Amino acid sequence: MREIKLADLKPGEEATICSLTGNSSGNDRLRELGLIDGTPLRVIKFAPLGDPIEIKVRGFYLSLRKSMARQIRVRLRGNIEN
Amino acid sequence: MKTDLHTVSNTDNPSWAAIVGNPNCGKTALFNRLTGLHHKVGNYPGITVEKKSGRIRNSRIVLRDLPGTYSLSSKSVDEKIVSDMVQSWREPKNRPRAVIVVVDATNLIRNTYLALQILDWNIPTIIVLNMIDEARKKHISIDADELKKRTKAWAVIPASAKYGEGIKEIIETLEQIPDNVRLPKMEPRLVEIEHCTENIAPLEQFLEPKKDVLNHHPRIEALRLLSDDGYINYLTKYFTAAELEQLLSKVTEVKTALKKNHIPYRSLEQSSRFAYIDLYLGDVFKKDPISRRSMSEKADAILTHPVFGPIALLLVLGFIFNAIFSWAQFPMDLIQSGIDWTSAQAGAILPDGILKSLLTEGIIGGAGTILIFFPQIIILIFFLSLLEDSGYMARMAFMMDKLMSKIGLNGRSVLPLLSGFACAIPAVMSARTIENRRDRFVTIMLIPLMSCSARLPVYTILIAAFVPAGYIFGFMPMQAAVLMGIYFLGMFTAIFAALIFKKFYPSKSVQTMLMELPPYRMPLARSLWWQIYDKGKSFLTTAGSIILAISIVLWFLASYPRQAGDQQHTSRERIEYSYAGQLGHFIEPVVQPLGFDWKIGVGLITSFAAREVMVSTLSTLYNLENDSGQSQSLIQAMRKDRYPDGRKVFTPLSVLSLMVFFVFAAQCMATFAVIKKETNSWRWPLLMTGYMTILAYVSCLLVYQGGQLLGFI
Repeated sequence: MREIKLADLKPGEEATICSLTGNSSGNDRLRELGLIDGTPLRVIKFAPLGDPIEIKVRGFYLSLRKSMARQIRVRLRGNIEN
Repeated sequence: MKTDLHTVSNTDNPSWAAIVGNPNCGKTALFNRLTGLHHKVGNYPGITVEKKSGRIRNSRIVLRDLPGTYSLSSKSVDEKIVSDMVQSWREPKNRPRAVIVVVDATNLIRNTYLALQILDWNIPTIIVLNMIDEARKKHISIDADELKKRTKAWAVIPASAKYGEGIKEIIETLEQIPDNVRLPKMEPRLVEIEHCTENIAPLEQFLEPKKDVLNHHPRIEALRLLSDDGYINYLTKYFTAAELEQLLSKVTEVKTALKKNHIPYRSLEQSSRFAYIDLYLGDVFKKDPISRRSMSEKADAILTHPVFGPIALLLVLGFIFNAIFSWAQFPMDLIQSGIDWTSAQAGAILPDGILKSLLTEGIIGGAGTILIFFPQIIILIFFLSLLEDSGYMARMAFMMDKLMSKIGLNGRSVLPLLSGFACAIPAVMSARTIENRRDRFVTIMLIPLMSCSARLPVYTILIAAFVPAGYIFGFMPMQAAVLMGIYFLGMFTAIFAALIFKKFYPSKSVQTMLMELPPYRMPLARSLWWQIYDKGKSFLTTAGSIILAISIVLWFLASYPRQAGDQQHTSRERIEYSYAGQLGHFIEPVVQPLGFDWKIGVGLITSFAAREVMVSTLSTLYNLENDSGQSQSLIQAMRKDRYPDGRKVFTPLSVLSLMVFFVFAAQCMATFAVIKKETNSWRWPLLMTGYMTILAYVSCLLVYQGGQLLGFI
């Protein structure tokens, strides 16, 4: 399946992280939170003003800016339980 | 925030334990349970911003609470406190007897990362599975014994800081750890990734001889050196200059090798630790699947909804501002009559003279007046604590982040800025959670524009005296609307100030702004109570010390010197002849263009000690000036006061000008001091005072002079 950007997902869609392409310090933090390659996530919603984006990953809810979500490449997954 | 008397240094007491954990894992609540202290907790990441310590109940062990952190590689000032402390554990004399790692049992996977990093220091580590009650409710089962066996932790204890579960067991376990226990050096808790181990080998082998000096596994040191260029600073003192040179070249060599093999070396520790968690610990706890919608998520369907979310936000704020006025009315009236009664009694018992004047006009009239505002401040603190503890504050940050980014800040600035409504001092300190230095300093500069609770008495008295009590649009009480408007003035100005900062001091790095949205939680009555207690106590202490002292000094300045033939003069003439009167008339030319008379001028000077002193100052001056023998309230006195030429002192325009002055002026010595401390320079506090004073003066000038030109009075 094709790789797309996390920022391009729609609310409710589930995906698996393929790679983090952005700047290093933000990536370090994402990885410490457990967002490493292969980690499944679900997009919850975008904030009322369109940014940031809220995702559920590894059992918790995380808010991150779209600029950062554009640097996370993901692969859409079907409705499989993780 | 406070520091405790129990504070001990690293060395003089070997019986201490550190308590670490992710932000918002209930660490401080557990600390409070164990020590019987009552530090501030909240349902918002980053409440603990400094080291605090306290003695465990009925024990000689001292516990040190550290700021929450996701890992030992620091990104912000508060996280650096933790990584610096952990780094000091290389020296045996700095090692704690045990480390308590608090993990959120409902969020185990992410929390385990930090636990593994701590475990690898080979100090007896107690993993506390906090919020186990919530985890049970969510049907998250955790095999504590198996977790202990696999991670080789000293103990794994399920606990609930909220209900006190597991607390006894934690204390007993701590007590039973023998003195100077030495754990065998264990293999690091991570999964080796193919090709990496061989590539890293040269670096690891270089560090191997230093193993006993460094007291930390060479492989972990190697991984940290690869991921963080600043990490070398922690190691310099263990190497000679020549060795350091070699070490650095090894690091470069290994990086080159890894790069050639397309291995992202910066994130090796994270990848190999989460691989360890997924592969080796995965079956110990039942996961919370990403497709499951939590209760909080369902609630957020409305509370952060694109349309209903912002509406709810405005309703919440409107409700709070209205409550500050309407709920406080009755207790305020009660305190007012209590003070009037005391003053009347004192007046009746004491003979006319200096003592009577000092007591009724100086002390009761001055410091006593401030007590009236106690209920409002309590209500404000109550709601701010409620927003924070419930988890709603994080949603406000989520919804407002876009706005904040437009002005060059981020959602993390929301908590410090909103805390500024209570008091700028803890607010400035809570800005430590902002990772980016530039954003942190700009946020600190904006905090004093948020109208703090000390300004509330000034607004209230002016609004109560000069704004009619009717309704606008038929439902919004006018007085509450004016109050809200005054608060908004500060907020909107902060936006403009942020834009100006953005223009002249732009952000260099890309904004990250990662924030966890914690689950909604029922605020703990205990926690709310202690927050209100602490703030209330500090308000009353200020009233009893600084404000009392200033009231007495002011009474003296306003009563002396006396003119010859004192009795022939009216009180008004006497007070204008006094030191205070002279001082007031001296600065009157400066404040006159803003619509203020000399009495307000005196108040502006005295309020530098604390803003609410403005009210006590006016009260003392009016009390002394009043020679009708009848007691009159400050509000009545202000309404009646006239210039010698018959014009009223307080007109709608001058009242507006005065409120604007209080929104903008940087009148607070304590804020100045805390900004000096937090930024570690004179530049920032001076900049704050400079820009706010100019802003206040120019705005009031525009309001008053402009208003007059437009025909208002």
